[in-house]
This record gives sequence, C-alpha cells and structure tokens, in this order.
Amino acid sequence: MGSGHGTELNLTLKVWRQKNSKAAGKFETHQLTGISTDMSFLEMFDVLNEKLIHEGKEAIAFDHDCREGICGMCSMYINGRPHGPKQGVTTCQLHMRSFKNGDTIVVEPWRSAAFPVIKDLAVDRGAFDRIIASGGYISVNTGNAKDANNILIPKTDADEAFAAAACIGCGACVAACKNGSAMLFVSAKVSQLALLPQGQVERKERVLKMVAAMDEEGFGNCTNTGACEAECPKGISLENIARMNRELTAASFK
Amino acid sequence: MSKLDSKIPEGPIDQKWTKYRSTIPLVNPANKRSLEVLVVGSGLAGASAAATLAEMGYKVKVFCFQDSPRRAHSIAAQGGINAAKNYQNDGDSTYRLFYDTIKGGDYRAREGNVHRLAEVSANIIDQCVAQGVPLAREYGGLLSNRSFGGTQVQRTFYAAGQTGQQLLLGAYSALQRQVGMGAVELCSRHEMLDVVTIDGKARGIIARNLITGEMEKHFGHAVLLCTGGYGNVFYLSTNAMGSNVTAAWKAHKKGAFFGNPCYTQIHPTCIPVSGDHQSKLTLMSESLRNDGRIWVPKKKDDTRKPTDIPEEERDYYLERRYPAFGNLVPRDVASRAAKERCDAGYGVGASKKAVYLDFAFNTARYGRTEAAKQNIHNPSQEVIMKLGKEVVKEKYGNLFDMYQQITGENPYEVPMRIYPAVHYTMGGLWVDYNLMTTVPGLYALGEANFSDHGANRLGASALMQGLADGYFVIPYTIGVYLSTEVSRMSAEKDKADSIDKVKTKHPEFDKALKEQTDLINKFLNIKGTKSVESFHKRLGLIMWDKCGMARNRQGLTEAISEIQALRKEFWSDVRVLGSADEFNPDLEKAGRVADFIELGELMCKDALNREESCGGHFREEHQTEEGEAKRDDENFAYVAAWEYKGESNFELHKEELKYENIKIAQRSYK
Repeated sequence: MGSGHGTELNLTLKVWRQKNSKAAGKFETHQLTGISTDMSFLEMFDVLNEKLIHEGKEAIAFDHDCREGICGMCSMYINGRPHGPKQGVTTCQLHMRSFKNGDTIVVEPWRSAAFPVIKDLAVDRGAFDRIIASGGYISVNTGNAKDANNILIPKTDADEAFAAAACIGCGACVAACKNGSAMLFVSAKVSQLALLPQGQVERKERVLKMVAAMDEEGFGNCTNTGACEAECPKGISLENIARMNRELTAASFK
Repeated sequence: MSKLDSKIPEGPIDQKWTKYRSTIPLVNPANKRSLEVLVVGSGLAGASAAATLAEMGYKVKVFCFQDSPRRAHSIAAQGGINAAKNYQNDGDSTYRLFYDTIKGGDYRAREGNVHRLAEVSANIIDQCVAQGVPLAREYGGLLSNRSFGGTQVQRTFYAAGQTGQQLLLGAYSALQRQVGMGAVELCSRHEMLDVVTIDGKARGIIARNLITGEMEKHFGHAVLLCTGGYGNVFYLSTNAMGSNVTAAWKAHKKGAFFGNPCYTQIHPTCIPVSGDHQSKLTLMSESLRNDGRIWVPKKKDDTRKPTDIPEEERDYYLERRYPAFGNLVPRDVASRAAKERCDAGYGVGASKKAVYLDFAFNTARYGRTEAAKQNIHNPSQEVIMKLGKEVVKEKYGNLFDMYQQITGENPYEVPMRIYPAVHYTMGGLWVDYNLMTTVPGLYALGEANFSDHGANRLGASALMQGLADGYFVIPYTIGVYLSTEVSRMSAEKDKADSIDKVKTKHPEFDKALKEQTDLINKFLNIKGTKSVESFHKRLGLIMWDKCGMARNRQGLTEAISEIQALRKEFWSDVRVLGSADEFNPDLEKAGRVADFIELGELMCKDALNREESCGGHFREEHQTEEGEAKRDDENFAYVAAWEYKGESNFELHKEELKYENIKIAQRSYK
C-alpha cells in the first residue's frame, strides 16, 4: 500500500463539540486504534465519524472540500496550531505520519470573534467575502479588455503578484493571531493588485475601502508578531503587510 | 421519439456565432432590472456568468454549498487554460483549436459549439489579464505558454500549477464586486434541492440553508445550473468531496434530458490509491507530461528501485506506441495504455497498479541549459541536477510538494508513481446552442452541460469552456429567452395572478417545497444500520469495476441490477443522524448519494446502449487489433439524450451529429 511502509497508530482525540453559535461548547474525548500513517488527518476524522455513526452518535461537523490544499475550506486548530504541526500545509494535506503512536491530539475550531462557530469545528468566514466585495477587485466589465499582451508585466512583478494571489482565504492567519487580525489576508489582495499595472487606477481607493471593511468586521489590530506568516499554509509573506501599510499611508495623505 | 433541436445557426462555421450574436433579440436596460436570474454554483461558469449578467443589469442571485463562492472546485484545476492566441507563432489558429477539440473528443462533439468555443477563447485570456489574474510571464513581460495533451502547438496559459485558482479568484472578484454594489445577492452554504417548473418553464428553485436547515423558495425568470460534473459517482475521484450531481439530477427529473452520461474522463496521472481509508484521489497535472517521461520496467514484477533500473530495461510505452505525440497523447489514450501495462503485469509499487512519471531526463536537460546560461563549463552531473531541480521547482513546485505530502516520497529524487483516476465528466445536461436545457428557462453551463468535449476532453479545455459559457456565451444567448419573457410580462401586466406578481406564492413552489421537506424527513426516519458513506463507497466500487476505464456488456448488465439492489437497501437501511433544522453534513450527503445511485444506473444504461468505443468510453467488445478504441460512425454518431420517465425508466432521444467542416476519421496519435 502506498509507499509500502505505512504503520498503525493508536491515538486519543480531544475534539471541540458545540451545537451551534449560541450554545456553549466542550471537549469530547475519543480513542482511535489502527490509524494508518498513510491516512490524511481528515481521513482519520472520516474513520472517527464512521465509528460515531455506527455507535448511534452524531458525527463531528467539520469543513472540508477539495482535500488537496487549495480550496481553503478545511480549518482545524490542531494542538494549538492552525492546520497542525507541519509548516506549509493545510489540514487536509497533513498526514498521520506526522504523529506518533500514543499521541493525544487536541482539535478546535478557528477561534476569532469575526469567525463565529457554526457547529463543532465549522466556522463562518463570510467576513472575508465581504472584505473582497468592498474593493478586492479591478473594475473591468466583461468585454472591455484589450489584447492581453498589450499589458507588459515584468516577470518579477508578475511572480510577486502571483505569490500574494496564492492566498487560499482559509483564515489560518486570523486563527494564529493573538489579536485575531486579518492583516495578512487583506494585505495579500491589496499587494497583488498594487503590484500590477491593471490595479493602478483604483489603488488608493481600494486599500482604504478594504481596510475600513476589515475594521468593521471586528478583526483585531496587527502588532507584528508574525504568527500569521508562520502558520500560513501558502507561505504568504509578512512583506505584504508592510506594503499595505505603505499603501494605506500613501492613500490617506494624498 | 421527439426530435431534439440543437438550434445551431445556419451559415459557414466561422460565421455562425458572429452572425447569430448580432441577431439575438436584446433586452433593454429598464427591462433587465425587472428580470431575475438564479445562478446555482459559483465555479468558473457560475461566477463568470453571475458577474457578467449583473454587470449587464439583470437581478442575480448566486447559490453555492461551500462557505464562500471562492471555494468551488474550479479552484483545484492545475495545469492551464487553452486559447488560440498564436502568441508562440507556432501555427495555432481558431481553426486548429476547433479541429484539435473535435478530434480530441473522438468526433462526438457538436461542430457549431466547439467552433464558438475556439473563437471566444482568446477573449477569455484578455478578460482575465484585465482583472489582474497573474498568469505566467516571460522575461520580456509577455505571457508564457506550455503544451498540453492532444495538440502540437503551445497554446496553454497558466499560473504555476494553480491556474484554476487564479482564474476562479478573478471571476470571484468580479462577482464580489457586483455583490458589493448590490447587484448580486449571495447565498452561500445553500444547496439547491429542486427546480420549480410552472407550465413547463423553469421559475425558480428550492434551496436548503445548510446552516439553519431552513427550506427556501427562490423565484427567477431563468435558472442557470453551473454545478459541475458528477465524477463522485465513482466515490474515488479527483473531485472535491462536496461535488455532486443533485442539482443536475433533480433538473433531469423535472424534464431536462441528460446527454451522454457514460462519457467519463479518467485522467492518466493521479496519485495511486494507498488504502481502504482513501477518501479522494489527487491529480498530478497533465502539464507534468511536458517534462516527465512515463515508463514501466521491461521485465515483469521487477522489484528493483526505479533509479536502479538501467535505461535499456525501461519501456517508455507511450513514446513506443505513439511516436508522433509520445507522452502528450490525449488523456483517454494515456490512461488505457497505463491500464494495459499494469494488467499485463508490468505495474510498479506495492499495489502493482502504478507506472512511473520520471523527471530525471528533463531535469538534466534544464540543468545543462542553466549551466550554459551561467557560463559554467563542463559542469558535473551533481551541478547539472541541482540547477535543473531549481527550474523544475519553479515550474511545478506546488505539485511536487503535494506529491511528497501525500506519498511521503521525494519526487525530485525518485520518479512519481501514478495511475489513472476519475477526473471529469464530459456528459451532462443536454443543452442547445443557447445553453438551454429541454426545460425552457433552465440553462446548464460549464461541466454541468454535455456540449463541447464529445467523448473525451482535452487538457486545459475545461477552464476554457467554463469561462466561455459564463463570460461570452450566456450573456448573449439568454436574451433569446428573456426577450420572450419581456413580451409575456408586458402582456400579463394587468393580470393579478401573473407569475411576476405571485412569484414564490405560486402553489407549485409550495408543492416542491413540501416534496423536498418530506424527502429530508424520510432520510432521517429510515433509522437503518449503515452509514451514507458506506453506500457511497459500494456504489463507487460497482461503477469503477464495471463502468470505469473498460466496460463490457456482461459487466454493465450486472452493474445495473447491483445498483438497483443497492438503491433498495439504501432506502431501507441508511442511517442518518441529527435533525433537519441544523447544520448537518451527513444529511446533505444522504441526498447527494441517493441521486448518485440513480445516476449510476443511467450511466450504465447509456454505456450499454453505446455499442462502440469512443474517447473515454471503451467497450471491450469494440477495439482494433492494437487495442485502440473502435468507433461505429454509422450507428453511433449521435448524442444520447435521456429523458426521465420514472424510477429506472429512461427514454433515449438521439441528436444526430453532422460533420460539415471536419472529415471524420479514425483518431490517430501515432
């Protein structure tokens, strides 16, 4: 099977259960045996849920979709870290070979005032959509575009914009931040568009609107701890925050 | 049998669309404001359609089951998007893209639709770049291209291995702009459970709010299904866990014909299954075949490490069998060739169900070029490989990382092990040239429809089709129907019970709402012993074994009765816990699996009916001596459009395919 050297683990899981946004939550403990190290973390949850259903208990609700690290839907806070112990991966790409036999694993939802819990491990990240709706775009209606090669973009600029655009909007940055700040998420979009010639026309207005929307959603302030960058599964750089601050200053004092 | 009218415009192929487009009735701005359009699904097709229709002035509502429209599964497309720009000056043209797509589809797609697709392909790239999508560039600042299967030109635009993500975020930002302006109402975490039809026309949908469980009625003058494909009928596929057929299937049961359901794309380069716990399969982009060479050992059951097998003992079977296209043959051909080698006992890895995708050769080639660029003379093998790996990393870094995460092996050092997996479905709701289904006012866009890829889709063409439908086709063609709605509205202006006034208060809405509420309660009240998941797994096994990469009469006949038995068991023994009025993912899944079971039966029936091999549909009874697919153009050059007639009862309608511009021939990549 697989790489051919998979082994099996016995684990203790402490999982956050919460009926809905209004109810109080609590940890629930489950024992799991015979978990293959080739499994992904979410496949381990599938096993647990099948076990629960078999026992007549409700399955644990958690968000997940693509299971290949790109949709940004999965969102577990594992042993005190968003997306778990490995750098640069989402929960769905975390595999059980990162754990040892006998481990106790604590799993919680994203914790942030701006991300209310829907149920168990699923939270509402609608605030991110509203921030994008406030200005995270270039205003170009369909049919108004010129030939794509009329806009020359130096490769380094395109690459830098791409690196910022690689954000998957999972919210790990917010979950990692002691202030619950969304600066890394917002600055990634601001940077992507500020770096490109297409983004210049709305450059000032965009950063003002997006930062205002961010503040309105109840995200905390940035105190430069860098936890967001350290936990970002896509390696979005802290430099984006510095750039957004410069953009904001430039836009505020025109 | 009723005759299906595809409504392909008259005239020469290269003028059909331009002429037609300028004759479509227009809807004036004031009337657009009173016309409501429901868009279900927020992937490339849905997001681009919703944004564009809102820009034009229609009132739009968007529904998606994910927590944000940005998470639709288009996000996961890796390799690229085709466009006939001829930026590489390598002889590309609209005609060539049209020809490649028809041939790639094994002569089972409509000429008219495919030519239109090729025509608008270039506009898509322009639009995306204008939105700020950071596509890959060359040092001179111009856009970069790469090759994909089934073509001999470089026409694929890309953003590393994340092209779908970048294109979707472009469409999503256009959509969110309209949301911010109040032109689109966004209903995320909503699942469409039924289409509401009144006097034969689509008038809205029933949707469930997945957070509260509330059942909602939504009115629309038109409904657009942009709900993707149904690959998850196989349980294991490269689709996202939530991808499902429910919206399309419910539409089918309300009168929309289902086209070519058996046309399934099995992608040749996926990470192999590692155990029974496997919940999904992960694709390794086709773009890797630009630089990777596929091989198996020449010796059966060779247990040596791949790096210990000398060059002369390797069988580069694609290069051997198809010298003209080599590793870049279309997906169906590459998948079958991999299966053939593994079935014959040459497979590798513990399961013997894998072949090697090896980058060593091209890594060395890139390394030598880099060394020359850096003026390093007589570089050592070590330096060459180090420099080469840096180039490979820049091109495919995220894919290599993903491979390592999943398998625990380093693909920079050892060849990848890959095997075919279900990836895309060419079949889907039957639509005419306007993208309208057989239910007036109900449309299907993107992967949800059947129209452009025939029996096999070429790589990098799914993104192209999704965005073509959403940005450049539906905004025009929807006018054909909506202009008639304008006339009707004006005629019914003083009618107290006109649908425009009654909207969701119409009894048909209440009837549909009750049916769907009853269905949900039914799931919860069965109180059986087996999980939803277990039924899905069993369905997947039947489909993969008997309606997968190779199919035959006996297997398909067995599959049909096995699926019918599974359905019976599902409805008497499924266990769905929790309640209807809360966030309940297991309940959501129960509905999806119930629909997959019904679809599975139709897929097998369609595969059984199609007594030929074409593209992804391979009937073992119909192959050439070399094991290639053998079409039967005399009897099967048609689209099979199935009408729902009640449980396990489907009536076949045929749309004849006419080739007026391309000479139909046996597909050869040799």
